Amino acid sequence: MARTITYREAINEALAQEMERDESVIIMGEDNAGGEGSPGEMDAWGGVLGVTKGLYHKFPGRVLDTPISESAFIGAAIGAATAGMRPVAELMFVDFMGVCFDQIYNQAAKFRYMFGGKAVTPVVIRTMYGAGLRAAAQHSQCLYPLFTHVPGLKVVLPATPYDAKGLMTQAIRDNDPVIFFEHKALYDLAGPVPEESYALPFGEANVVREGGDVTIVALGRMVHTSLEAAEQLAAAGVECEVVDLRTTSPLDEDTVLESVENTGRLVVVDEASPRCNIATDISAQVAQQAFGALKAAIEMVAPPHTPVPFSPTLEDLYIPSAAQIADAARKTMKGGKH
Amino acid sequence: MSEITPIVMPKWGLSMKEGTVNAWLVDEGAQISVGLPILDVETDKIANAVEAPDAGTLRRKVAAPGDVLPVKALLGVLAPAEVSDADIDAYIAGYETPVDDASGDDEAAATYHFVEVDGIRVRYASRGEGGETVLFIHGFGGDLDNWLFNLDALAERHKVVALDLPAHGQSSPRLPGTTLADLAQFVVKFMDALEIGAAHVVGHSMGGGVAAQMAVDAPGRVSSVALISPAGLGEEVNNAYTEGFVSAQSRRDLKPVVELLFADPGLVSRQMLEDLLKYKRLDGVSDALGALGGGLFAGGRQGELPGRRLAESGKRVLVIWGAQDRIIPAAHAGNAPAGATVKVFDDAGHMSQMEKANDVNSLLKQHVSG
Repeated sequence: MARTITYREAINEALAQEMERDESVIIMGEDNAGGEGSPGEMDAWGGVLGVTKGLYHKFPGRVLDTPISESAFIGAAIGAATAGMRPVAELMFVDFMGVCFDQIYNQAAKFRYMFGGKAVTPVVIRTMYGAGLRAAAQHSQCLYPLFTHVPGLKVVLPATPYDAKGLMTQAIRDNDPVIFFEHKALYDLAGPVPEESYALPFGEANVVREGGDVTIVALGRMVHTSLEAAEQLAAAGVECEVVDLRTTSPLDEDTVLESVENTGRLVVVDEASPRCNIATDISAQVAQQAFGALKAAIEMVAPPHTPVPFSPTLEDLYIPSAAQIADAARKTMKGGKH
Repeated sequence: MSEITPIVMPKWGLSMKEGTVNAWLVDEGAQISVGLPILDVETDKIANAVEAPDAGTLRRKVAAPGDVLPVKALLGVLAPAEVSDADIDAYIAGYETPVDDASGDDEAAATYHFVEVDGIRVRYASRGEGGETVLFIHGFGGDLDNWLFNLDALAERHKVVALDLPAHGQSSPRLPGTTLADLAQFVVKFMDALEIGAAHVVGHSMGGGVAAQMAVDAPGRVSSVALISPAGLGEEVNNAYTEGFVSAQSRRDLKPVVELLFADPGLVSRQMLEDLLKYKRLDGVSDALGALGGGLFAGGRQGELPGRRLAESGKRVLVIWGAQDRIIPAAHAGNAPAGATVKVFDDAGHMSQMEKANDVNSLLKQHVSG
């Protein structure tokens, strides 16, 4: 039965239910318990933003508090996965991925391929991303395009509490390494989530709003900004179809193409830096595979090609807004064939 | 002023907050009888006609086609001719839409109940009061919300109970068995748990097979039988539907399958598909549905035909079908027992309780009232 819980609680619940179901599921990460000046294990933080709170004491010995050494514990998690465990490692901010990237892109991503399909690496790396928390350039990036680029990794970006639980369940049960992106600004978002376990298959985009005039493709936090834009446009008689990709690898091209074939107009919204991001990728796929259906040039809405500003005013201007998305949609309505 | 009857936006199902007015079916000034369909309304789940709550003259259309209005918003005004236009204007001006302030969770708690039967948690809805009970049993892959348009209408004069069968809706994803007899026995135990002695049993599709089986196996518990596009009257069944429903994991795969249910595929909404996918994703549901479909429809045929044995039960039988049914052929209505009331709608598919809700409600009311 569904009840209303937050995105943070939905992830916590998926972790708890999978740990209950499967003893090989373990959690690793910084600040799960204790920390300098704290009373130790009694003071279980559940990670820096409290997503795993309550699990340390519920599953004794299965929530590991790690030192601040990403290369060590991400490597350990990947190694444990190859040895039969299903670790969920929390790499606080995706911005810190640099120090352990070799373990991820050149080891975990390659094992299945290099060992002829005989090895599996069922590791989940949870990580926070996105701007809006006044955390400056080194704690605010959207680095999912880097991981989408690497074959062998699965890349997941839930936008709602329902999707967060179902995609986390799928991530844990999946036999490939999964990078699970959690937007900091979505943790307190509440929505209906079933109490029961369920897995949401990867590679299945969600049409979150139907409309016949313009297709808006978005992901993560930008799904909500796009819905806001769609609401504004509807008041002016423009009906937008909003597609939430949910996962960028695997990518559900079919749902995007089907929608564009129906509307003939496309706006892609991406919070990641504008060069070589998901918006450029989707635009290229649509231009190549559905060129005949397009009635106007494809529009992309993304931040400027600059580090995320620390100045609050500039940071707010940096993040793509509903007004920018609505403008882009209007532009597709004006230009081209009809 | 009391002679003025408001026509308001109905609430079809728990999640409905607003509806879109599609079209008026009658003109201002028309004489309206109770139950006459007067306008079409569409929700994110489905479209249906709003029936006249009372008799009178349609004095004013307040809502226009295209308007999106909250539940209980004023759509139109019925009143006898002697009520003045000024009074009607005043009524419209003074009408305030009651706030739908029950939060979703509270409302769900009031609407749905749970009971444990043989270790299986069963969700059910219960409405209305009255001496006799009408029990609704949905079909394969369905749930009690398939009776969205029917429960309230029947609850006017009867106690109405609808359940989610095991491994369906929000009941536990476990089956008591994979035959109609197993399901019929389970429903009888459910009636025991709710202390329902006997009931008029209304079954749709597979649930119709269950209802017929109950009449045969537990005649003392069944007052009468109403079957809508039921299983159990003939061998043919569209296996592409049952197998496609079980295997579909994405909206794209599920949509063409669900469209088979309706004469007008336009009735299949995004929300309907999303709700079905959410149900199908729950742990254990796919396996249970696969086992049930495999058990009931092995080799693409219906293995059990309790509907053919209804005559020996001696129960009153109503059979309703849509001529455009693409799941179980309407020709099976010809196998109804002698003396049964049979109605086949030309312009309905497998879901006539939704597609022809108002007509089906009239037939059911007449049937259960004897």
